[in-house]
Amino acid sequence: MFRLIRLEWIKTFSKLRTYIGFIAICVVLPLIFIGLKLDKGRFLTSTASYTILEQNFYIMGNLLNGFFVAQLVMYFLMVHIPFFIALVAGDQIAGEATAGTLRMILIRPPSRLKILVAKAAISLIYTIMLVLCLAVLSLGLGIIIFGTGDLLVREEGLLILSKKQAICRFLIAYPLAMLGMSVVAALALLLSVLVENAIGPIIGTMAIVVISVIISEMPISLFERIRPFLFTSYSKVWQKAFLDPMPLNDIILSVIYLLIYMVLFFGAAFFIFNRRDILS
Amino acid sequence: MNNDIVLYTEHLTKRFKTVTAVEDLNLSVRRGDIFGFLGPNGSGKSTTIRMVLGLIKPTTGEIRLFNRSLKNNREDLLRKIGALVEKPSFYNYLSARRNLEILATLTHRHPDHLDIDRVLDIVALLNRADDKVKTYSQGMKQRLGVAQALLGNPELIILDEPTAGLDPEGIKEIRHLIIQLAQQGLTVFLSSHILHEVEQMCRTMAIIDKGRLVVQGGVKHLLNSESDIFSVKVDRPEEAADLLKTREWVESAKVLSGTITVKIKEQQIPVMTELLVQSGFHIFAIQPRRSLEDYFLSKLKADYV
Repeated sequence: MFRLIRLEWIKTFSKLRTYIGFIAICVVLPLIFIGLKLDKGRFLTSTASYTILEQNFYIMGNLLNGFFVAQLVMYFLMVHIPFFIALVAGDQIAGEATAGTLRMILIRPPSRLKILVAKAAISLIYTIMLVLCLAVLSLGLGIIIFGTGDLLVREEGLLILSKKQAICRFLIAYPLAMLGMSVVAALALLLSVLVENAIGPIIGTMAIVVISVIISEMPISLFERIRPFLFTSYSKVWQKAFLDPMPLNDIILSVIYLLIYMVLFFGAAFFIFNRRDILS
Repeated sequence: MNNDIVLYTEHLTKRFKTVTAVEDLNLSVRRGDIFGFLGPNGSGKSTTIRMVLGLIKPTTGEIRLFNRSLKNNREDLLRKIGALVEKPSFYNYLSARRNLEILATLTHRHPDHLDIDRVLDIVALLNRADDKVKTYSQGMKQRLGVAQALLGNPELIILDEPTAGLDPEGIKEIRHLIIQLAQQGLTVFLSSHILHEVEQMCRTMAIIDKGRLVVQGGVKHLLNSESDIFSVKVDRPEEAADLLKTREWVESAKVLSGTITVKIKEQQIPVMTELLVQSGFHIFAIQPRRSLEDYFLSKLKADYV
């Protein structure tokens, strides 16, 4: 199995499109941070909640710190990460079908199940690496540029987490974000198995994610009934890692739902791929 | 079953919804043979090959390779087969050597670098092995396609239209290569719609049309078993054809492009010549036409002559 994963690694990481996500993060993050630095904290101090905070409390230390900007970046960029994941995971089968290489590998001894497991593994590895890149760069660069301090959280009111608490919350939030994004990878792989053109799974994944996010976020009563069945209702579970007290039961439940979605998407992909006639 | 049979299909059928691509196909390919699998475009050749290689699941019927069922022994059996299915496709962004390493690793646990060099040498691509495939010409890609089929010393190689898209020089090279491989003891299953190619290279053949087997046997035997076909060039060909049709020793006579195509036994040629001359026709030429092309067409279109 490891040799198959190694082969998929070689193929995936020899393609330029694999690096688009990393390049985007590496370009956007310094831009945001430079912008925030030049802005001299106006981004934070101009908000209504900060004004209220300032009126009621005596603020000491550095609130616009590395933790704050890393969390800010997480809120902004997590919406766009699915696109990069779809770009790679959605290409795994459909891309090979389009290029004609799928038939070249499927006439070799390894079973379709093994090949798909290797492709699923590489999609997950890529997802983890992308979120890890975001984590390392946003925290690392954020701390270098803005230093450390307490973390101001604007979720369900205002919350201030100590430096130690902030580090702990990030250590929980990033793996949860990886899990949420892994479901997107599983969905992209499922769509990749269904079609024989490389663009379809990317557009399909993004369309499903966007529609699901709209339904998950908009406060419309009709949507409330659908919401529990959408994976996007659980994929933002990482945000709960910054609440105090941390809603552990909610987090565990969301993790279970996300795992169920992942198993369902991968399972459906395996089932369909195993039965499909390869005509490309 | 005979141990010499390396590929055997029994009542092989594939239906795609309402379309029957292959129907009740029985094939048998002997060890060491160059087997021609002949049929017009869309006759079901590629579907059959894809079923044999496990890309398409048969609706009914069985495929046996090396005397074992493909269904239950897929992994073992595919290790003994090399194949080129339709147009060769590679990871264009990787070198030829890297492509072969990937494919060799899929077949065997570790790629044998000597084996990779060996197959690249056979197809004369060793000096371009480290170049990216996207820099290759169509002919080079086709040769690389043959090279990947030869990885790991397979006992049977299946080549689906291996000369498609090649220039005459490339076609000559690939044909020469196939003959060389067969001389080394490999069994070659060659699918083609080019009759001349099969006639030149194959010892046995099967003709398939509309998914059904038309005939199967030795190329020479099949060609000799039929009545001979002759092209007869005369003045007033329509009248001459009508006259010939009245004689019982003439199986058929039809005018095609100003020439009569006559199906008769060879010993009847003097009788036919005498009849035409005595009836006032001027004969310009009588040419035997016993190529596979005629045989093929006569099998596919019963009313050809």
